[in-house]
Amino acid sequence: MTRMQKRTLTRIILSSALFITALFMAEGTLRTAFFAVAYVLVGWDVLWLAARNIVRGEIFDENFLMSLATIGAIIIGEYPEAVAVMVLYQTGELFQSYALGKSRKSIASLMDIRPDTANVERDNLLLTLSPDEVAVGETLVIKPGERVPLDGVVLEGHSVLNTAALTGESLPRDVAPGDDVISGCVNQGGLLRIRVTKRFEDSTIAKILDLVENASAKKARVENFITRFAKVYTPLVCGLALLLFAIPSLITGDARTWGERALSFLVVSCPCALVISVPLSFFGGIGGASKRGILVKGSNYLEQLANVNVVVFDKTGTLTEGAFKVTVIHPQLVSEQELLRLAATVESFSDHPISRSIRAHYHLPVNPGELSNVQEIAGQGISATLGGRTVYAGNETLLNAIGVAVNVCPHLGTIVHVAQDDTYLGHIVIADQIKATSREAIQLLKREGVRKTVMLTGDTQPVADYVAGELGLDEAYAQLLPADKVDRVEDLLTQTHQHGYGKLVFVGDGVNDAPVLTRADVGVAMGALGSDAAVEAADVVLMDDDPRKLALGMRIARKTLAIARQNIVFALSVKAVTLLLVAFGLANMWLAVFADVGVSLLAILNATRALNTGD
Amino acid sequence: MKKTLQLDGLDCAVCAGKVEKAVKQLTGVESASLNFITQKLTLEVDPTMLDDVLARVRKVVPQSQHGCTVL
Repeated sequence: MTRMQKRTLTRIILSSALFITALFMAEGTLRTAFFAVAYVLVGWDVLWLAARNIVRGEIFDENFLMSLATIGAIIIGEYPEAVAVMVLYQTGELFQSYALGKSRKSIASLMDIRPDTANVERDNLLLTLSPDEVAVGETLVIKPGERVPLDGVVLEGHSVLNTAALTGESLPRDVAPGDDVISGCVNQGGLLRIRVTKRFEDSTIAKILDLVENASAKKARVENFITRFAKVYTPLVCGLALLLFAIPSLITGDARTWGERALSFLVVSCPCALVISVPLSFFGGIGGASKRGILVKGSNYLEQLANVNVVVFDKTGTLTEGAFKVTVIHPQLVSEQELLRLAATVESFSDHPISRSIRAHYHLPVNPGELSNVQEIAGQGISATLGGRTVYAGNETLLNAIGVAVNVCPHLGTIVHVAQDDTYLGHIVIADQIKATSREAIQLLKREGVRKTVMLTGDTQPVADYVAGELGLDEAYAQLLPADKVDRVEDLLTQTHQHGYGKLVFVGDGVNDAPVLTRADVGVAMGALGSDAAVEAADVVLMDDDPRKLALGMRIARKTLAIARQNIVFALSVKAVTLLLVAFGLANMWLAVFADVGVSLLAILNATRALNTGD
Repeated sequence: MKKTLQLDGLDCAVCAGKVEKAVKQLTGVESASLNFITQKLTLEVDPTMLDDVLARVRKVVPQSQHGCTVL
């Protein structure tokens, strides 16, 4: 508790003591004095603020309404009621403030992945500094068990990093000299020396923390509704109070009864619980999601994830690994190994991803010195002189050009045919592997109620159909240029929105999918542990590239929205019932305040549930 | 230039709106945004008036909302 909260608590306790004592006293000046002191002790700041704010022109102020209600009670001689109401109100405010503080703390502790210290090597000394005092290019030492404070490159040391802070899972990542390390991970192996590549404020962890904090700036529709509603609610209830007083009084002449009831109305006129609990729920939801490695950049996106109709996937890098690998080797006249060796050697000067994958598969070192007269023909392949003969490695076009017939391959992927002089030696198939998690990801999405799963790719139709079949996708569109992808998404958007419900999610790997990510209702990017392009372009980033996390994100979103709705319905119902009871004389001011305060408290506590994403 | 201030004691969401409005009306403040949950006040300030603006913000925040201070 803060000092101010403690002081208020003291006042409440003292005031209650005086109040209870006074209840047992006989009618008289002393009794009234006790009530008066109790009232002023517990309520002086409310009265003072009410007066000050009226001067400023703010009438529909909680303080003013409470002051009016209690002073009104005093005027009609209900001293105990005035004191009780003021005590209950202050107690409620205190609890609200306390509960809010605790909620904020528990959300903050969720995100307690901010590194506090960095061990920097400077002038042969090892200094312990704050991460924002370290410059790019400096050398850091990260001991086992410590959190990596800044983005960098490993200079020395082999270790294993725990990426839980970023991905939500203890996914171990091996690192060796030359590898990048990301801030926020925990060093679980041996000592590491790294060279800093980014300042703290540009580092991955700082950007993630910043994103989560500011995510509540983009408001969900529900939040905006509540804010607008709150502005209307207070004047509305006050108006009703006036009517409740005026009309029945004129009819029955019993100003006192109806005046008392009208005053009780005023006590229920603050919508604070609603206005606090809804944003709090969303903040909890976003915090909970980021703990699981799902970065949601705005409450509005979280809200939309709760109602997804169509999910559109990019293929390469999203549903597939995005790395080309040799899958099949069909040699002719030579062994597999020999075919590979020839291809790898001839391709040794090329930096094309295809060349790299062939060399990677071959494993053994190649001797480029054996080559002469290397020619790379764009769009076709490579030729070189090797061991006195001309070796060709390339596509069908290349081999047709030299007049060598190829063996057509039924396998899907990019095919590199190899020929020596005019003899066909076979071919190597290079393809992009489907991610091991993709199938499950699609199944999970269907279980979450996604009605249509679509894949878009620039690759060929056979490849697209194959992947769609393997994963159980509903639709697959191939041979798409980037502009075509945007068109497809536009079509799908029109379809979904025609039905008037459901959102369209596009999942891509960020780098080249920016226009589509922007166009979709929710753009989700594979984060590759914090790649800048992904974090920039998308609305949601999956930090560990795991497509299954999308379904989890949708589940968190639904739970958050449900909690926010529960709070709204609950708070409004209780208030409505209270007003009715008061109007019919079945509840007095005490009860009204008690109900109102209770509801606020419960709403705030309920909002913190959004933090626990369970499973 | 952008400046972020940490507030404390902001208990009422409706009141957060009041504080934000009061800060926005100060001269030298080009824009202001108050995040009720994190209690962070993000300002766009005319760099030539920075110190002056910050001093006035520190005064106007407790004035708009009793108990709320700039850390």
